[in-house]
Amino acid sequence: MARTLLRVPATVTRGEVVEIRTLIQHPMETGFRSGENGRMLSRDIIRRFTCLYNNRPVFEAELHPAIAANPYLTFTLRVDESGILAFTWEGDNGFSQTETRTLTVA
Amino acid sequence: MRQLAAAALAALTLGAAPRSGFETMTPELQAMQRDDLANPGMLYVADGEALWAQEGCGSCHAVAAMRGVAARYPALDAASQTPIDLTDRIAQCREARQGKPALPPEAAPMLALAAFVAHQSRGMPLQPDAQLEGARRQGEALFRERRGQLNLSCAQCHDDNAGRKLAGSTIPEGHANGYPLYRLEWQGLGSLQRRLRNCIAGVRSEPYPPGAPEYVALEAYLAARARGLVVESPAVRP
Repeated sequence: MARTLLRVPATVTRGEVVEIRTLIQHPMETGFRSGENGRMLSRDIIRRFTCLYNNRPVFEAELHPAIAANPYLTFTLRVDESGILAFTWEGDNGFSQTETRTLTVA
Repeated sequence: MRQLAAAALAALTLGAAPRSGFETMTPELQAMQRDDLANPGMLYVADGEALWAQEGCGSCHAVAAMRGVAARYPALDAASQTPIDLTDRIAQCREARQGKPALPPEAAPMLALAAFVAHQSRGMPLQPDAQLEGARRQGEALFRERRGQLNLSCAQCHDDNAGRKLAGSTIPEGHANGYPLYRLEWQGLGSLQRRLRNCIAGVRSEPYPPGAPEYVALEAYLAARARGLVVESPAVRP
């Protein structure tokens, strides 16, 4: 499991626009670099990031080899109801990780 | 008159407090370092925390007792009477006291453990070990020694030209108060020895072999030179 750092406000007011920040530990190996033995290092990147709010997609991103290691993604979201945010990162070599956080409308 | 000017200049340079590399970074990078949920170094601190528990460090040491440790390293190792840095100390604990196989000094687990221990001292002023006078003097001599094909010393950049530009980058004063740190250029966490190696290779000189006492001597001098700055580990640098 890769480590993640997620900033999700614990409570929000109805209709509020909140900023969500995500950071995940990942080498984002481009596939264009050579290793110590001179051989090319095979590509190992996160290809896709999705955020579902109560199973409804609210943010998606495609990632490419030029994106730095440990990708940091932020986005904003209008919250009308309490629910569960599910963050999923998917990538090469079968990488897949999902983290969930609860958002409560006060 | 000339004497007076020289004295004033000396007072100015001696009186100038060290400035952390943090202060010359862009506001965006400063924000990244300040925010624990944006600072990628915190990922490695979390790794270190898990390793601390897994490797049984906690059976001898309370985490709270690690507060301030990184601020006083490099320190004199009582048994061997040689200066050692924080990584050496962790290695010694692991190999001599726990009887576990050695970790490569710059492999991910060692960096993570060092980051976790150093993080406990964040915000504390550096307190260089007073017993390291010899190492410090050797380190200062190395710092001022011209090296490599470019025939440059550390001091020529980091004392004489700090704040000016080297290509597009601002030359920092070269204070080592945030290691292990997350360098964007490295796309990962790295040690002070890695930084020193990079600088030495940068002036086209042969780096000292891994684990050479010269590194610890330089670290001891850098700690004294940065006296008064606070520990920022894990810092973020460009």
